[in-house]
Amino acid sequence: MTSAAQTLAGIAASCGDGLPLPPAAAGRPGAGAGDEVFAEPWQAQVFAMTVVLHERGLFTWPEWAQALSRRVRDGADDGSDYYRCWAAALEDVLADRGVASAGDVEGATRQWHDAAARTPHGQPIEL
Amino acid sequence: MGHDHDHDHDGEGTAYSSLSPMDARVRALETLLTERGLVDRAALDAVVERYEKEVGPHNGAQVVAKAWAEPDYRRWLLEDADAAIASLGHVGRQGEHMVAVENTPERHNMVVCTLCSCYPWPVLGLPPVWYKSPAYRSKAVIDPRGVLADFGVTLPQDMQIKVWDSTAEVRYLVVPMRPEGTEGLSQEQLTALVTRDSMIGTGLARAPHEVSA
Repeated sequence: MTSAAQTLAGIAASCGDGLPLPPAAAGRPGAGAGDEVFAEPWQAQVFAMTVVLHERGLFTWPEWAQALSRRVRDGADDGSDYYRCWAAALEDVLADRGVASAGDVEGATRQWHDAAARTPHGQPIEL
Repeated sequence: MGHDHDHDHDGEGTAYSSLSPMDARVRALETLLTERGLVDRAALDAVVERYEKEVGPHNGAQVVAKAWAEPDYRRWLLEDADAAIASLGHVGRQGEHMVAVENTPERHNMVVCTLCSCYPWPVLGLPPVWYKSPAYRSKAVIDPRGVLADFGVTLPQDMQIKVWDSTAEVRYLVVPMRPEGTEGLSQEQLTALVTRDSMIGTGLARAPHEVSA
C-alpha cells in the first residue's frame, strides 16, 4: 500500500493546471486551521472509495482527473459543490467501466432511503 | 417516483427519508462496489484515517517547528527546501519545486495561485476550498491586507506583505514567525502551534495559550 503522501502526490501530478482539485475542506475565508477536511461523512466515504478503486487499478489518476474536470467545470465557482461533482464523476467512471449503471445507482439509493424510512430513530440504518 | 429520475442524477433528489440525498447516494455507491468486491469497509476506513491523520498540515508543521528549533535546519530549509523537506520523509511529486519563504518582523509572506490552485499537498495535506476560490485568488494579489483582515489578521502598517504566486513548477511554504514565549517548548509542542493557514500566510502561528492541552 502506498503512503498517503505518495497517493496525494500522484493525484496532484495528474492534475497539473487542469485542476481537478483535491478534496477540500468545506472552508471559507476566515475559517480556522481546525477545519474538517471533509465537511460531512459522505464526502470522506466517496473520496475513500475513489482512492481504493484507484489502488485496485480501475482507473489511473489522469483518467480520474479528466472525469472530475468535466464535472467541476459545470460546478459552482466557489467549489461549494466540489464533492457533489466528485460523486458524479465517480458515477460517470463506474458507468463507463461497466461496474454500475446509472440505474443501479438509482435503485440502490432508493433502497437506502427505504431502509432509512423503516429504521427507528437512533438505530443504525442497514439494508 | 419515476418522474424525478433524470434530474436526480447529480444527487439533488428529494430527500424522502432521514438520509440526505448525497448520504443515500454515496451509501448506494458503497453497497454496489462492495457487492462487486471492489471495496470493503476496512479499506475505506483505512483511507479516511490516513488522509485525516497522517497527512494534513502535520508534515508542514513538523518542518516549521524543526526550523524554529534548529538554526542549521532553518538555513537548509530556506536554501534548499526540497532537500530539507525530503530529509523528513515528505516527498513531493517529481519536478515540483518547493521554496520556503520566511516571515520576519519586516515582511509577511502569503501564497496564492492565480492560475490554478497549485498546493503543496505532501506538506500541507488537503487544501481548503477558499484557496481555489476566484475571490481569494484575485483579491490576494490586489489587496492582501484586505484578505488578511477577512481572516482576522491585522499586521502593522509598516510591515511589508509579499504575495507569492505559485506555479505548476514552484510551490511555496510560508515559515511563520515563532510566537513569543515558546522558548521552553519541545519541537513536538511547537508543531502544535503551526496551523495550515500560517503556512499559506493567511494566518499566524498560534500562541501557546491558544492551544488547548
